[in-house]
Amino acid sequence: MNVTDDVSTMAILEPSSTSAVNPSTAHSSAEDVQAPTIIEPRKGWWHFNWRDLWAYRELLFFLVWRDVKVRYKQTLLGASWAIIQPTLQLVVFTIIFGRLAGVNTNGIPYPLFNLAGLLPWQFFANTVGQAANSLVGSASIVRKVYFPRLAIPTASVLAGVVDFGLSFLILLALMVWYRWPPTPAMFLLPLFLLLAMFTAMGVGFWLSAINARYRDVRHATPFLIQLWLFATPVVYPSNLVEGYWQFLYALNPMVSVVEGFRWALLGTQPPGLLMLISVMMAVTIFSSGLFYFQAVERKFADII
Amino acid sequence: MGYVTLRDAIAERLRGRTQKATTTELWALNGVSFDVQQGEVVGIIGRNGAGKSTLLKVLSRITEPTRGRAELYGRVASLLEVGTGFHPELTGRENIYLNGAILGMRKREIDRNFDAIVQFAEVEKFIDTPVKFYSSGMYVRLAFAVAAHLEPEILIVDEVLAVGDARFQKKCLNKMQDVGQQGRTVLFVSHSMQSILRMCQRAILLNQGQVVADGPAQQVVGVYLGKGTHSIAERVWPDRASAPGKEIAHLRAVRVRDVDGDVSDTIDIRTPVTLEMEFVVTTGGYVLMPHFRLYNEDNIAVFTTLDLDPEWRRRPRLPGRYVSRVTIPGNFLAEGSLYVEAALTTLDPPIGQFAERDAVAFQVIDSLEGDSARGDWAGNLSGVVRPLLPWTTIYEPSA
Repeated sequence: MNVTDDVSTMAILEPSSTSAVNPSTAHSSAEDVQAPTIIEPRKGWWHFNWRDLWAYRELLFFLVWRDVKVRYKQTLLGASWAIIQPTLQLVVFTIIFGRLAGVNTNGIPYPLFNLAGLLPWQFFANTVGQAANSLVGSASIVRKVYFPRLAIPTASVLAGVVDFGLSFLILLALMVWYRWPPTPAMFLLPLFLLLAMFTAMGVGFWLSAINARYRDVRHATPFLIQLWLFATPVVYPSNLVEGYWQFLYALNPMVSVVEGFRWALLGTQPPGLLMLISVMMAVTIFSSGLFYFQAVERKFADII
Repeated sequence: MGYVTLRDAIAERLRGRTQKATTTELWALNGVSFDVQQGEVVGIIGRNGAGKSTLLKVLSRITEPTRGRAELYGRVASLLEVGTGFHPELTGRENIYLNGAILGMRKREIDRNFDAIVQFAEVEKFIDTPVKFYSSGMYVRLAFAVAAHLEPEILIVDEVLAVGDARFQKKCLNKMQDVGQQGRTVLFVSHSMQSILRMCQRAILLNQGQVVADGPAQQVVGVYLGKGTHSIAERVWPDRASAPGKEIAHLRAVRVRDVDGDVSDTIDIRTPVTLEMEFVVTTGGYVLMPHFRLYNEDNIAVFTTLDLDPEWRRRPRLPGRYVSRVTIPGNFLAEGSLYVEAALTTLDPPIGQFAERDAVAFQVIDSLEGDSARGDWAGNLSGVVRPLLPWTTIYEPSA
């Protein structure tokens, strides 16, 4: 076995082999010196390949681009769905909670109050739903090509930003209609959107990875999202939750996202220290999702 | 074959069936070890289930090995399927970018090769049409064109050339040969010995997850198909001593001939194929029954055909040399490799004289021109045979 040869491009050898190639000598004559790709069973529990994720950033872009493009190509009404869907939901919520239930919004017109929460919520709910089914939906690619699998649920979440941007126009229109001036804090909106994205990715990593093995996730996800909606102050103001319950409530990062949106857009109470709990929770969901995903990732091609 | 080293090196558990008991454990690959030098084009051959696909999947990083280690120096692109990730709603142009990115191409690389891809695929006029409106032939051509313009240092290719019309297949093979000549390293799995011999200097034969032979392609293909013959579509036993047979008759040659009568291991699905056996009768006075049996890649006997030629059917044979031929009609066999068993037995009493498994082999290639049994369907078609059958439809307008 002659793996120390200078032009060796591929070698399969056993782990204990004494003739292991030093990549720098193996490629000393080549122009672009590249570390070899090592294929072997993973040991330990954390082996995240950041280098690969970076190398495949263009693929991530193309997956996002495909998701956006296909979504609007296949439908009769195209991009207007991003506007119609939240508008209709807004009308329903306004009638039920604004008029019939008479939810107290501290003087903010109910449609405005609702939409400021509905937008980030819809972004979250839609992207989590898409991400959960994304891996299984890409089974044909996963079985035939290597690339960092993380790109698939990540693309689902990123593609949702485009929808969000479109539906944001309704909110702007509504603010003009109600002559509601934006606050300077509006520039902090991207931060709250980022928090929602972060949470959605974490949940998306979890659900998509579990879905690869247990297809029950497809049925459980809508239910989970529905429950989550009621745990988020979209249709009601968050001050309904009082005292120590607030700490528990803040464990849902979407609470701070919605509160942040209302504060930045409508000038309600700024999200307080409870936001720290939300951010920590989002980080926990994200990193645990990432961890679980990469732990089961190597089996995807076989079980999907 | 000095550089064959069999070691416990790389191994893979057969998918998913190992969860309960260790007794059901099956190793799809075990003890496979080899080096490939830069610029080598290596063919991987073996029957279905030999571990070829698993090897490619491990080297492409699609599945992770249970044990063992592989080192790859340079960018790797694997092509286990043509058109992975193509989206029917997107245009040809959009799919080139999407598919290219999925296969690991950079955007600027695709930009640079875009015109060449379109030209190679011959779809210039339809490049901005969604691919769902493409004919199956156009679809496959575009998909292959993208893959053919990959520029990795190491290219891993599964048998993706078995579709497409003969002219396009030839074009693809030429392109692949160019890739090899540009100093890239290619691992190529194929059932077509003709492609292997044409493209690869070296071949590795796998059987039940192990390397059986590794060396010059000609030699390894010979090992695979029995004893060293030049063409897999023809096998000749020059002398009595080596020839299979008994005291009544022995086999001297088996051949596969195409519609033009030429010896060929590649048969267009639409055209007939003729099998021929040449045998010598040394003891006269027996009624003989020559027959052929065809096996497919999955080792399933597709059919057995007996010589019922009325002229010889019940007639005792005189000593001498005989050539028996049978023609299998076009539009009957399924695409893929077929392995021919040539056999002969006396009838009364029945004494087998020879039964030569895998005497010759040939590859049936389907057409994408819409006139074979697959019609306009470019996807998988299962079945041991693929007959072109007449269909009729009765239509009653609803009241």
